Amino acid sequence: MQKQSVFQSRLLPYALVAPQLAVVLIFFYWPAAQAVLQSFLLQDAFGLSTTFVWFDNYQELLSQPDYFAAIVRTFVFAFAIAFSSLSLALLLAVMADKPLRGGALYRTLLIWPYAVAPPVVGVLWVFMLNPSLGVLARGLRGMGIDWNPLLDGNQAALLIILAAAWKQISYNFLFFLAGLQSIPKSVIEAAAIDGARPMRRFWTVIFPLLAPTIFFLLVVNIVYAFFDTFGIIDTMTRGGPGNATQTLVYKVYVDGLLGGNLGSSAAQSVILMIIVVLLTAIQFRFVERKVTY
Amino acid sequence: MVEQEGIQRYLAHVILWIGIAIVAFPVYLAFIASTQDNAAIANGQMSLLPGGHFLETYYQTIFVGTSGSTREPVATMMLNSFVMALLIALGKIAISIISAYAIVYFRFPFRMAMFWLIFITLMLPVEVRIYPTYKIVADLHLLDSYAGLSLPLIASATATLLFRQFFMTVPDELLEASRIDGAGPFRFFWDTLLPLSRTNMAALFVILFILGWNQYLWPLLITTRDDMQTVQIGIRKMITTTDALTEWPIVMATAVLAMLPPVLVVVVMQRLFVRGLVETEK
Repeated sequence: MQKQSVFQSRLLPYALVAPQLAVVLIFFYWPAAQAVLQSFLLQDAFGLSTTFVWFDNYQELLSQPDYFAAIVRTFVFAFAIAFSSLSLALLLAVMADKPLRGGALYRTLLIWPYAVAPPVVGVLWVFMLNPSLGVLARGLRGMGIDWNPLLDGNQAALLIILAAAWKQISYNFLFFLAGLQSIPKSVIEAAAIDGARPMRRFWTVIFPLLAPTIFFLLVVNIVYAFFDTFGIIDTMTRGGPGNATQTLVYKVYVDGLLGGNLGSSAAQSVILMIIVVLLTAIQFRFVERKVTY
Repeated sequence: MVEQEGIQRYLAHVILWIGIAIVAFPVYLAFIASTQDNAAIANGQMSLLPGGHFLETYYQTIFVGTSGSTREPVATMMLNSFVMALLIALGKIAISIISAYAIVYFRFPFRMAMFWLIFITLMLPVEVRIYPTYKIVADLHLLDSYAGLSLPLIASATATLLFRQFFMTVPDELLEASRIDGAGPFRFFWDTLLPLSRTNMAALFVILFILGWNQYLWPLLITTRDDMQTVQIGIRKMITTTDALTEWPIVMATAVLAMLPPVLVVVVMQRLFVRGLVETEK
């Protein structure tokens, strides 16, 4: 698509694009290229010489059980977060879509957690579920559960999943509500006239029509779980206990902080880039489909 | 009209209130904790009703800071967060709108190549390139500076795409009309296009401000001086590894203060917020 009438100028357009292009080249392409290059290099222990080693860094990385565990863990987190957050948000959106008194108020009261920063989310949840002083932890202990996420890796993972899903409810709710409101009322009425009860109407009419929204949100939630949970993990568990809550992004951060192996850390970054590119590609393919709907 | 039986409507109200309770409870608890005595909290004897230390705790949090871990008043941190969020939001809008203008309203060699160069950055979140970017920012001597905090986050393919999309819907007649009036590219941009883009810019600003305010990993890496840390970084430093030393009322007051500006933006500018959110995701 192109504009029919445009301005003629030789230098002005370049001047207009220049600021953004400069930022993009300096802070995106240059570091990304460095990461790719670095991932093919091996530095000796004193940082004095580097040799080109092709895919050795990748090979070594992928043969580490630690790294493989982090990949699996990240995907488990992503799906657990997406599933729990999406299902609760869908339930709330279906309820809020009904013609209720105070509907606008409900919406306002449900969307604001979007604005709470991940590290703050982490702090809130760590406080609630801190084994020695948390209000909810006290309740759990009262129920006879031996709650100690500082020692128990599975409990720590559960804590991260709960906090991350909590933050994402509002986002999912908003998009589900928009999706529900775009379903023509006549379709639902037709199903009602055919005698379909509300539950049936939901599963046979509304849910299939929401499929594009669900798929879109699934991808967004997975991206969120991959990247935006960093702040939550860093304030709640710092990847521990052991490595029980170390995701791929967190591992890049920790390995880089220790500063030992530049090549391996760069290879990790490149693998993450590939994952993002794949997820974005899936999202775009889908968005194109949505347009033709 | 589809039937709405009374019992179902009740159920909907109940479920929605449970949902609201779930999202609100952690924040309520934080507020309550910020008004109570640290000793009671540390003993696990916290009450679920507000205590009497509200003024005292918030005064200390805003103007003095914790006595142990960060020693920086939260007011300074909030100011840093505010400047960073503002720079990111305004910077993104400014550089994106002019580059979108060039790409839509001019024909020049490498036009599409430049568009793609910008577009592809959509796929490179800061998390995947942190250390190389850190090195570049360090080489440019931008550590511990507002420029270093905001510049690497300023390039935004989303904003450029959004403005490009919007400019494509602006009728060609407008350009022709202002040409007849003798307007050049600057006049047309300033007098016609910019006023038309006002709502888009506002919606985008709301989203970008929230995203900027909530940045965490990048500021964590590049701020070393206490007086440059943002509120998100400050709050993490307040939680010490030994529970006994954490000053919980101050931590919770900081949490409340840290979420106040973005939450207010969402609630007060809800329309723009929803619009911005939906549009940036397209």
